[in-house]
Amino acid sequence: MIVTEGLVKTFGKLVAVDGVSFTVNDGELFGFLGPNGAGKTTTINILTTLMRPTSGRALVGGYDVVSEAEKVRRIVGLVPQDITVDDDLTGWENLMLQAGLYHIPRSEARRRAAEVLELVGLSDAAGRRVETYSGGMRKRLELAAGLLHDPEILFLDEPTLGLDVQTRAAIWEYITRLRRELGMTVFLTTHYMDEADSLCERVAIIDRGKIRALGTPSDLKASLGGSIIDLEIVNGGSADVMSILGRVDAVRRVSLADGVYRLSVDNGEEGLPAILENLLRSGVRVSRVVMRKPTLDEVFLEYTGRKLRDETGSWEEAFRQRMIVRRMRT
Amino acid sequence: MMNLLMELQALVGRELRKWVRSPFLLFMTMVQPVIWMGLFGKAFNLTAILNISDDVLAQLPPYITSQLGEAFNSIMASLLGASGLDYFTYMSVGMLSIVVLFTSMSTGMSVAWDRRLGFLNKLLAAPIKRGTIIFSKVLSSVIRSVVQALMVMAISIAFGARYSLSSPISLPAALASLFLLSLGLSSLFVSLGVRLKSWESQMAVMNLLNLPLMFASNALYPIRMMPSWLQSIASVNPISYAVDAVRQSLLYGPAADPSKLLLDLGAVAVFAAAFTAIGVLIADRGLRRG
Ligand SMILES: Nc1ncnc2c1ncn2[C@@H]1O[C@H](COP(=O)(O)OP(=O)(O)OP(=O)(O)O)[C@@H](O)[C@H]1O
Ligand SMILES: [Mg+2]
Repeated sequence: MIVTEGLVKTFGKLVAVDGVSFTVNDGELFGFLGPNGAGKTTTINILTTLMRPTSGRALVGGYDVVSEAEKVRRIVGLVPQDITVDDDLTGWENLMLQAGLYHIPRSEARRRAAEVLELVGLSDAAGRRVETYSGGMRKRLELAAGLLHDPEILFLDEPTLGLDVQTRAAIWEYITRLRRELGMTVFLTTHYMDEADSLCERVAIIDRGKIRALGTPSDLKASLGGSIIDLEIVNGGSADVMSILGRVDAVRRVSLADGVYRLSVDNGEEGLPAILENLLRSGVRVSRVVMRKPTLDEVFLEYTGRKLRDETGSWEEAFRQRMIVRRMRT
Repeated sequence: MMNLLMELQALVGRELRKWVRSPFLLFMTMVQPVIWMGLFGKAFNLTAILNISDDVLAQLPPYITSQLGEAFNSIMASLLGASGLDYFTYMSVGMLSIVVLFTSMSTGMSVAWDRRLGFLNKLLAAPIKRGTIIFSKVLSSVIRSVVQALMVMAISIAFGARYSLSSPISLPAALASLFLLSLGLSSLFVSLGVRLKSWESQMAVMNLLNLPLMFASNALYPIRMMPSWLQSIASVNPISYAVDAVRQSLLYGPAADPSKLLLDLGAVAVFAAAFTAIGVLIADRGLRRG
């Protein structure tokens, strides 16, 4: 179990983590989503005792991360965002090094190492120096090292970033199995919304150090309303399409990007006819309509005002944010 | 206790593996002292300055040549510490301590790399004592230093250095001196590596320390040949004591002064103890969480 209360971490003037509170239950698979620089890695660093919080409290497995750091270290596993396996050693030697750091006796270490290598598909490469590994292989070895001591709580910082589809799938399958069979608690950050959606029981969306939304993926999606409608218009003319759309009751939110109007609608099936009618009446002709259920991507956009993989501060993002019209409904 | 041994085995094992696995790096660290020995020991040969060519000697009356010879010998003996020593032998023994200096410094640098590559974080997240991280670095550094010094010793003998052991405990005494020097220097550089977090500032500080430590010592030149201000620096430089201890035990043979050797060893031991203690304190604070 992980409990944080008002966690704050500042670097000089920058507030990297700004009053974060959440609880992760035993055996839960919890996803932490946020754009670059949101404070995800900093949060993980605090929870794994690498950094001290500026203020606030965090308990990991019942132990305080500041006053009982040593105990926390014993029960957590960390797969860091950056690759830290040693290039000059073989894959096997890297795991034996890890075993030494976690006081795993030799014979058990050998058995565990063979097991985790098999799992990440590196059994054949184990005798080779990591120098000769590809980026994906390094990442997999890093994961194997994090799992070696069979931690109670596993922290994964971008575990599947840069991996091919098959490996991602294999790793996810293993992580879900870990949780199911061993009851391991998993806290992870990812940039892949589809992964977070299908695998995490609950996700938190963090932006600029603050948690903006927290819940199950389906609840978060439902909070956006039932449907997303994309509209393209025949030569916009002089009509103010934004405000026309904004006046339709069913429409909760409109944004414009690359000539496509994106609408969040409570009930698309019933709302769409009204929307089209309103547009036609104002002389606006629609050339294309797509209606679908919202994904976590849209949830993300809704709560952070940006897409996940955008660079912070890009002109595109600034543009999109200006185009977002929020409509208050009561 | 078992845990500590496992941690040390893992970390020292890593360092030593990395060391023997990069033959190029090993080669480069050996090439440097060998070039120095060639450059200083053979080219700037101090004893050669006092040589008179044979045809000149042949024209002089015998009693003058023998007096000249005596005068030269006593000059050399007072400079190099014993008569009958050639400069190459003299400085190649000094190089042993310089090798220790270079190796300890490269260990300090490796701390910065471990930090940069995130390896240090992996260690900090593990349930190991912070002191083990420092201790394993220093321990592997000492092992490497002493082994590399022995290799340079073998090379210098191959190139004509003439050693003359004074007693059966000479070799252990020389090794003890190199060991203690390495312990002190490694602790110094590892704690610098832990404290100075940026790689650039570390380079700057280490280079700043490197040259005075090397040149303001008796490793390459007799202290007596230095200007007095440099003499006073050299006389507090731990390298001077370590070098003298090795010379007393390996070069001077019967002319060795056991009380001087003891004094030298004592001085290096004090240096090692002081810097190990300071290193542990400094490093512990440097590894504390930000
Ligand atoms: N050691 C540090 N010193 C100063 N600033 C830092 C430090 N570590 C992180 N930051 C800053 O804190 C903020 C949050 O960083 P963090 O690494 O937690 O982001 P993140 O959510 O993990 O981003 P990413 O998706 O890019 O990994 C950033 O603005 C970063 O520049
Ligand atoms: Mg990060």
